[in-house]
Amino acid sequence: MARMKFVCDAERCIECNSCVTACKNEHEVPWGVNRRRVVTLNDGIPGERSISVACMHCSDAPCMAVCPVNCFYRSDEGVVLHDKDVCIGCGYCSYACPFGAPQFPASGHFGVRGKMDKCTFCAGGPEANGSQAEFDKYGRNRLAEGKLPACAEMCSTKALLGGDGDVIADIFRNRVLKRGKGAEVWGWGTAYGSKQAGQPGGAKS
Amino acid sequence: MKQILILIMAVAALAACTEQTQTIDSGNRPDTAAFQGTGTPFAAPGWKPGDKISWEQQLKTRTQNGQNDYAKVN
Repeated sequence: MARMKFVCDAERCIECNSCVTACKNEHEVPWGVNRRRVVTLNDGIPGERSISVACMHCSDAPCMAVCPVNCFYRSDEGVVLHDKDVCIGCGYCSYACPFGAPQFPASGHFGVRGKMDKCTFCAGGPEANGSQAEFDKYGRNRLAEGKLPACAEMCSTKALLGGDGDVIADIFRNRVLKRGKGAEVWGWGTAYGSKQAGQPGGAKS
Repeated sequence: MKQILILIMAVAALAACTEQTQTIDSGNRPDTAAFQGTGTPFAAPGWKPGDKISWEQQLKTRTQNGQNDYAKVN
């Protein structure tokens, strides 16, 4: 199996926020913490684009690199997880993360920052799979139930894909080929041009 | 003989000055692999907990069935 990954198709995302809602509901995420958010670029301007953003479970995760207490670990499936019993809530990971994935509950006194909370790819944490302790700290462990992340499975337009990187890449590639556009919005096409979209430089790709 | 005794006592006294290790618990706490299942009745049917191959196949099938709308429509 390849690494678990998320892909958000900006051509399909309609900013309905059902992924955000599904995540909060599935894991009973407290107020003030959004493990997933929908970001809209050029909001209100024709051609606006929205993407759903959470932890991208980076292959070389900066949060892991900067954590002073080494609370992060990576599962066999490439999911970046952390141990809340070890986390000291320093916030370094939130400064390092380019996606703003690490969140901190704001329920304490002013200035108090609790344990870091972030997307777990619905894979729980180091507690026993499916245990109450795991749910309380990290939410449901859907992967261990043979399911995929709730946000991706709940996405009404299937803009958000989540699962084995090879499988969702195939789904996205097939989708872009069939509709004839989309690759130019994000990724390779944006950086180097897309032959498919008729942009210069596409021949090189 | 007396000098050796004093030397041994001095070394023993210095040993008390050593610091205790302050290594914190590593975050790399062993986590149970996801394919081991949860043991709860909420697991999706179609795979056997503990069998990694069937778990991987279950996720691939579920991805195709749930997220590949071209496979469902066409």
